Amino acid sequence: MTTVAEKRPTNAGHDGGRLPLEYTRHEGPLNILGFWIFLATDVVLFASLFATYFVLRTHVDGGPTDKELFGISGFTIETVLLLTSSFTGSLAVYAMRNGNKKRLLGWLIVTLLLGIAFVGYELHEFLDYAAEGATMQRSAFLSAFFTLVGTHGAHVTFGIIWMASIIVQIARYGIDAINARKTFIVSLYWHFLDIIWIFIFTTVYMMGVVS
Amino acid sequence: MTNGRMQEGKHAPLIPMKNFVGYLLSLVLTFAALALGMAHVLSFGAVMLIMLLLAVLQVVVQLIFFMHFTESDGPRYHIVGLALGAFFALCVIFGSIWIMTFNSQVH
Repeated sequence: MTTVAEKRPTNAGHDGGRLPLEYTRHEGPLNILGFWIFLATDVVLFASLFATYFVLRTHVDGGPTDKELFGISGFTIETVLLLTSSFTGSLAVYAMRNGNKKRLLGWLIVTLLLGIAFVGYELHEFLDYAAEGATMQRSAFLSAFFTLVGTHGAHVTFGIIWMASIIVQIARYGIDAINARKTFIVSLYWHFLDIIWIFIFTTVYMMGVVS
Repeated sequence: MTNGRMQEGKHAPLIPMKNFVGYLLSLVLTFAALALGMAHVLSFGAVMLIMLLLAVLQVVVQLIFFMHFTESDGPRYHIVGLALGAFFALCVIFGSIWIMTFNSQVH
């Protein structure tokens, strides 16, 4: 029978502390590799949505065009919010690797709040568009736009729920190998969403502004 | 083997230089793209090309400064996986754009 100590080992005695904690258990590196591969598949999912958007961008059916629709201040605020949350997420992993539970929790909570602000701002943007008559059903361009940006927003929303659950686990169990792996993986997910957003910022919003 | 192992313990700075530089770079790249887009000095194609380059740099910043991209306890299989994902993504995106140029209704 496995003991609790075996299930949730501490850093001591594992590889002489050479590896980061999340790599010290057998399945930790496997989980991390598996998550990188998941991110690669998610790249392909978003690639399909981006391709659809690029093809349908000019199909506005007499409705609003991208240039008319996008407000620069709105999407700039969203971009800064997400970039900052990516930064604070990296600080959380840094604090974790220094064994500082208080800072880890603090940075995760800051990251979470920035994520919530981002989703709130995006919802506000979508409702604004809908109020102007630019709904998903209006044109092929808008269908592609809401599907692409909405899928990203859904990913962020899921990330918020995920990160909140990990905050609870860290508060309860502290920084052990399992929580370290979970925190590292959620941070990978969070940075990945920032990468996808950079392309939405560039090829959706900025392309609309420039065209 | 692993890179970027930090051993400062409780005396570590609140915001390490590496992460701060990464954040600054990502902000600079974002606002460079924004300034370029609002300046209207170059053609659409030229602006989009430069912006895409800025976006790729932005991804490199995220991977290196924030995501511990080079870290692994063995062979770096995740880089192979990601390279494959990026390859498929480029094929899907540029393949779609290319093939739709044969449709006279697409501009």
